Amino acid sequence: MKIALRGVRGSIPTFNPATQVYGGNTSCIEIEKHGWLLVLDAGSGITNLNFNESQRFQRIDILLTHLHMDHIQGLVFYEPFFDATKEVHIWGPVNPTQTLRARLGRYFAPPFSPVYFRDLTCDLHIHEIGNSSFQIGPFAIESRFVIHPGPTVGFRIHADNKVVTYIPDHEPALGRGPLHHNLKWVSGSELALDTDLLIHDGQYTRDEYKFKVGWGHSAMEDALEFASITGTKRLILTHHDPIHTDSNLDQCYKNLKITTHYSFPYEMAVEGTVIEM
Amino acid sequence: MSYPIEIILNRQLAECLAIPVFITDTVGNLLFYNEPAEDILGKRYEDTGEMPVEVWGTIFKSKDESGKLLDPEELPLVKTLLNQLPYFKTFWIESLQGTTEKISVSSYPIIGRAGIFHGAVAIFWRQADE
Repeated sequence: MKIALRGVRGSIPTFNPATQVYGGNTSCIEIEKHGWLLVLDAGSGITNLNFNESQRFQRIDILLTHLHMDHIQGLVFYEPFFDATKEVHIWGPVNPTQTLRARLGRYFAPPFSPVYFRDLTCDLHIHEIGNSSFQIGPFAIESRFVIHPGPTVGFRIHADNKVVTYIPDHEPALGRGPLHHNLKWVSGSELALDTDLLIHDGQYTRDEYKFKVGWGHSAMEDALEFASITGTKRLILTHHDPIHTDSNLDQCYKNLKITTHYSFPYEMAVEGTVIEM
Repeated sequence: MSYPIEIILNRQLAECLAIPVFITDTVGNLLFYNEPAEDILGKRYEDTGEMPVEVWGTIFKSKDESGKLLDPEELPLVKTLLNQLPYFKTFWIESLQGTTEKISVSSYPIIGRAGIFHGAVAIFWRQADE
């Protein structure tokens, strides 16, 4: 399968000369295999998907971890929604008070958008998920609620005997010092257990996190520890804080290499990276 | 397999509180108790880990003000597990060492976003004798 990082910035698109290396688009990952396309989150990075390329897909599945703006702001600009020949499925977390369609409908309406759901011409299907298992073409997918404000899930995607785990917004260390080493007590651990590739929240430095406890994101050191205790084979830190410039992120990475010692490879997510697994 | 985040978050809250908190699964097995609750149980979580309901349910006896043993069905946590509703009651507990203490218990069900019942929480409030 092919995995493409289309948006790796957290919170708000951040385009300036100091973010050109790591990129400024918000969360979006593309996974393709045997003519099936998964789009993980629909931040502004969704505009990086090649729409001519998308023509190859009759069906497209968009998996939303949650509905914070940086994960859905690209939806209205996604061309396949306006193509009557396309079948588009949106999968997102269930909520006890409103349907997923109703919650997404707030965004697909003025004053946020000139376009209503009813204006979409594609064959649209909406699926509510929680702690769920489901199959999309060649992909066996598990979703689990994870610690982040509001209903939020992470995904474990299995294909070709490889596992990719995506948890871009996650604060497993909330209210604690170090993470539990008993995985039963660690949010998201089932999703990441022995995964081949973990794409995980690493928004803050340790010092920044002290002032952002409860905001739903991880210190980079906690993300590394989470990867270590779950047996992750490769980690990509994503959801970069909008104040982090390219040089900041380079420095963060150098600091992590000096202050931590993990055996698995890890790196900072770079928009445009394509990984073959 | 990890616990649902609703259980994990209750533990993470309990670890930050100075009041005794007990967290159970849906049938009453004790999944976690915090440091203040260790005083009441006379045991340390680090030593016992999780405890089956039949074990931790016998660590203290619950009595009314006349000293009569309470039926389990009268206890807030048991009622919460049965009915998935919050309850409150003041009563006396007698430890295995024979000490008696007046307490109030608030209990609530942990029902997650998907409407699934995951377990219950009991918070013990120590009461001064009148």
